[in-house]
This record gives sequence, C-alpha cells and structure tokens, in this order.
Amino acid sequence: METNEKNKKKVQYSPEDEKRIKKAGVFSIIPGLGQFYNKQTFKGILFFGIFLIFLIEMMLFGFEAFQNLITLGSVPREDHSLFLMIQGTLQILLSLIFIVFYAANISDARRVAKLKALTPGKVNYSVKAVLLNTWNNGFAYLLTIPAYILMIFTIVFPVLVTIFIAFTNYDFYHIPPASLIDWVGFKSFTSIFTLSTYRDSFGAVFGWTVIWTLSATTLQIIIGIFAAIVMQQPFIKFKRIFGVILLLPWAVPAFITILSFSNMFNDSAGAINTQVIPLINSLPLINIPAISWKTDPYWTKIAIISIQGWLGFPYIYVLTSGILQSIPEDWYEASIIDGASAIQKFRFITLPQIFAVAAPVFITQYTFNFNNFSMIYLFNEGGPGSVGSGAGATDILISWIYKLTTGTSPQYNIASAITLIISAVVIFVSLLVFKRTRAFEMED
Amino acid sequence: MQKTKKIKTQKNKRIWGQIFTYLFLLLMSVIIIYPLLITVTSAFKPGNLLAFRLDFNFEWTLSNFSRLFKETQYGQWYMNTLKVASMAMLIQVAAVTLSGFAYSRYRFIGRKATLKFFLIIQMVPTTAALTAFYVMALLVGGLDQHWFLILVYIGGGIPMNTWLMKGYFDTVPLDLDESARLDGAGHFRIFWQIIMPLVRPMIAVQALWAFMNPFGEYMLARFLLRSTKNYTVAIGLQTFINNPQNQQVALFSAGAILIAVPISILFFYLQKSFVTGLTAGGTKG
Repeated sequence: METNEKNKKKVQYSPEDEKRIKKAGVFSIIPGLGQFYNKQTFKGILFFGIFLIFLIEMMLFGFEAFQNLITLGSVPREDHSLFLMIQGTLQILLSLIFIVFYAANISDARRVAKLKALTPGKVNYSVKAVLLNTWNNGFAYLLTIPAYILMIFTIVFPVLVTIFIAFTNYDFYHIPPASLIDWVGFKSFTSIFTLSTYRDSFGAVFGWTVIWTLSATTLQIIIGIFAAIVMQQPFIKFKRIFGVILLLPWAVPAFITILSFSNMFNDSAGAINTQVIPLINSLPLINIPAISWKTDPYWTKIAIISIQGWLGFPYIYVLTSGILQSIPEDWYEASIIDGASAIQKFRFITLPQIFAVAAPVFITQYTFNFNNFSMIYLFNEGGPGSVGSGAGATDILISWIYKLTTGTSPQYNIASAITLIISAVVIFVSLLVFKRTRAFEMED
Repeated sequence: MQKTKKIKTQKNKRIWGQIFTYLFLLLMSVIIIYPLLITVTSAFKPGNLLAFRLDFNFEWTLSNFSRLFKETQYGQWYMNTLKVASMAMLIQVAAVTLSGFAYSRYRFIGRKATLKFFLIIQMVPTTAALTAFYVMALLVGGLDQHWFLILVYIGGGIPMNTWLMKGYFDTVPLDLDESARLDGAGHFRIFWQIIMPLVRPMIAVQALWAFMNPFGEYMLARFLLRSTKNYTVAIGLQTFINNPQNQQVALFSAGAILIAVPISILFFYLQKSFVTGLTAGGTKG
C-alpha cells in the first residue's frame, strides 16, 4: 500500500523525511502527539482533548457498559437487563465513532508530515488557517454529518438492538426489571424451525407471505402496464379526465381507502354484499350468494389481493406511461414493414423496453408488499381464524411480528429472530437484482 | 373484392378496439370511483351509519363535521399530525439536500461504501424493530412524545431520499460549479445560490413525501403514542371504525375527507415534477 501510493505519485522522500513521516504516525498512537510533532498546536490540543474525553468516558461508563452488555445484569430488580443492553449498544456505536476518529488522526499526522517534507509553506499552523482548511477540504463531511447522525441512531442502532434481542430469552416470562434477560445463543432461531408450534405457524405465515407478495404485486404490475398501453392510444377522448381518475387511488392516503374497503367488505352490512352483488345478480343468468369476506380466509385473501391491485397500480401506470413515450416511433414503423402483428410488437418491443427501465422499481414493489403491514392489518387485523402462535390466517410475517411484540404474551426474541430472517431474504433478493440491473451503481 | 374485404375487417377491428378501450376505461373508472364516492357521500349523511352504502337519497348535512370537532379530539389529532409532518419535513429535507449535494459533487473517503451500507441496512424493516424503538424511547423519555416519532420518521427516509436527491443533483451540469468557482464563489455560495435553485422541483417532491408520510403511517404511531390526545389522524380515525359493534362510519368519512382533499390537491399539483424525480434518480443505470 505504502509503496504503491508512492509509485503512483512518483514522489521520493529523503531518508530523513521518511523517518519524520514515520515518527509522526508513531506519535499519533496517542492522538494529538503526532500533530504536536508537526508543530500544529491547535489541532494537537483538539485531538488530544477528544482522546482525553473518550478515555474519561470509558473509565466512568464505558468499561462497565461493555461488561454489563456481556452479563446483562446479575441481580433481578436492581439490574434492568434491557437498559444495560441499550447502554452497551450505545457504547459500541460511540467506540466505533472513536475508532474512525483515531484512524483519521493517524492519517492526518502522516499527511501533514508528508506535506511538510514536500511543500513546507503549505502547512497551516494558525487556528484560523486550520479552520479555513477544514471548511475547504472537509465541506463534504460537514454536509453529510447531520444525515449520518440521524441514520446511526434511527437505523443502525435499532438494527443492532434487534440483532441482540434475537439472541436472548426476552419474552413474557422474562420481563425486566422483575427478572433478568440472558444470552441464549441461537435458541430463538432453532425454536422457530424445530418447535412444532412455531414451525407450523412460521411455515403457514411464510407461505402466505410469499403468495401474497407475488400475486398482489404481479396484479398491480399487470393492471398498471395494461392501463398505460390502453391510455397510450391516440384516439381516446377525455384523456385528461381518465388520467386523473386512474391516479386517484395513489393520491388518496392508503389507510383511508383500506379502512373504507374494510367496512365495505363487512359480511352482513357491507356495501359489497348488500349493493354490488345484488346489482350483478340483476343481470340475467348470474346468481352469486353473499360472500363471507371477513370470516372465510380464502375470500379474505382474494379481497386483500384485489384491493392491493387497486391501490398499487397507478404508480406502475405512471412509470410505464413515461417509458412508453420514450420508445422511438420508428421502431414500431420498422416492425410493421417487417409484418409484425400487434402482439409481436408488444412482445418484442414494448415489453422488453419497459422491463429494461423499470425492473428495479418493480422489485422495490415486491419488497414493499412483502412488508406491507397496513394492508393486512387495517383490513382485517390479519384474521380471520388462527394458524397458531398468535398468527391469523391472513397475517404476513411483518404483521405477525407486530402481534408477537404487542400482544398479551409478547415474544420479543422470536419477533426479532423473524425480523432478521425477513431482512436476510429481502436484502438477498434486492442485492441480487440490483447487482444485475446495476441500479445502485455510482460513478467514481 | 379481396381488397375491400381486407379493409372492412381492418375497420371492424379498429371499431372493436375502440369499444373495448372505452369499456375498459369506464369499468376502471367505476371501480375506482365507487369506493371513494361512498366515503365522500357518507360524510354528509345524517345519523350514525353502520356501514357504507352508495345512495343519494338522503338529506345532506354538515353535522358530522361539527360533531367531529365538538365530540371527538379530531381537531387535536389534526394539529398533532400537522406538527409532526412539518417538523419531519423540514429536518428531513434539510438533511437530505445537504447529503445529496455532498454525494453528487464531492469525492470523499467512504462515499460509495457508506451510502451503499445505509441503503442495504435500511431494508431491514425498522418498523419491525418495534422493541428497539420502545426501549430506546423508555431510555430517553420519548414514549408518547411527538419529537421521538418525528426522529424515527426522519431517519428511516434518509438513505433512499439521499440517493434520489443525488440523482437529481447529478443532472445539473458541473460546468455551473466550475464557472462559479472561477468567479470566486465559495462552497456554500455555490450550493446555496447556484445549485439549490435548480433542484427546487426535487426539493418540493421530497417535502411532499416527507409531509404526507405521517398522515398515513399507522404502525409506529400506534405503537409509540399511548394517550388519545397525542394521536395522529391515522390512528385517531381508526378508533372510529375498528370496533365492529360501534362503527361511526359517518364520522370516519368526515375526518377522512378533511385529510384526503388537501393531500390529493398537493399530489396533483406536484405530480409532474415528482414523476420526473422518480425516473431521474430511481432508474438511472
């Protein structure tokens, strides 16, 4: 690495300078000393101060926090295992941040020493010059710091705690402070797959989650693409009005429409059974009995999938419309000369073009529905019936987790373990697709 | 003979195509409008309805709206939601604009790695990390507090929105920065006076998304807000309709209209820029 860098820049330091650079790095083992060695007093004091504060913090709280994270407390009622775990997690994050600072400190000392050897005039000594230099070269870091801090505490931290809880026995038998929580290794994971109660309900819920995700999302995509192609035809009158209507399901907040639908699908009084079905029955030769939308799992599933199609297609429709407009007209003209039929045009020009552009978005729709809590929970609270361990017949994994966490006999550890399993699936699938479609590639 | 027949079938085909097209559009319109219209009309029906039904044979009344503000805490919920939504919007848009600019314009250590890391880790459904949020709230005294909910809303939205924002900043040519720099503009000036005005459409879209989210988010609000007076509209309205024995459908509809109308107007007003925003950032190879 060292020599590599040198070769790249084609810089040869004199042996003396070489020694000095090394020394600056070595001194930096205690942050600040390297900077003092470079005669940057202000920076030295600042770095050493940060180091000192971290040391004091470690002595007063840090070591204990780490110890407590390992034991999770020893005296019930006095030690609150959950708080100890949280404090330990915070300490881990704090220490990680310090390690980043530590690495930056060493590289800074070496960088300045190198600069000094090459162009001594460019090294900043005064407070003002150092601050100005930070503003100029560190502007990007200053911009991203607020976002990083927010993300560390609202994303990284909860994820870490979830991981930790999955490896403990935190459930309704062990609720601190009355009793302690202990590390139990992979027990939560093994119980999901070996204990017959969990295994059966996990199998049932997972199976339905997959069916739900695939069918609801595919339905959305089919309706969306179809609507876009129909609306693409030039002869349509009142295009603006139809365009607005097709967007309405997206514009109205989803929880309102889901709750409305939930009421409309009520078995006895809902509009579907008392108004829509009688209306259809008034047609000749059709006679549909009232359907138990809320009490028969089969019909609840049908209803939920259809409603999601209603809710989700406008997004796909808008996206596809944009893509259709970007397909060059002469491709179609050329295909007509070659004698292509309408279906062939669709299959070999339109569809591939849509997928080439929108595939990543389609995938995010699948992962969205995989975790679509609102639809499942607000329509029928995951019911009807039960498939064991607190899960209803239409519960998907995420709503089951919610029930495991908020129910009367919570199973926090199992809920966390399932969260991790879900995450692994979602991340794996997304990474695979994003890698192939290069959706999240960045320029250097 | 042969030729006229061919023309005739083609003409027939076209007519059938048109009939089918309009039938499809009408059917879609009916399916979309029917449930929405039911909700809207229910809001103006007198008395306590048990369930939605579409008819126009009733005396229109505004009593549901006045009951909503007199007999329930809806007004309070609405103010709560406005507060949470605007705070979340302000902070999130500020954070995302700053970081999006940094990711688009600067090359710094850890640039690729950090953004990828956060994009991946945010796929862990943080909404499923309820226990973690709960304990965290206990520790910092954030349970039943709006500021805690605001923070949780903001954090979850940052990675994806930073990515979209970066994509939009990328569409602004670099020459602008260069020439401004030659004219002696500093980092902050370039950001604030040169580039920011050009990405205003995307900022509007980001603001709309951040603002709309608290109006519709159910799970976290339900879990973190414990007392009725602190509810947001989503969980408040759900209490009108979640008890099968005592459904106050008319009240629910009235409350729903007061949310859906302003949000839909905002939606259609910003729709154009937000579709470009989606395709510019999201589908760029």
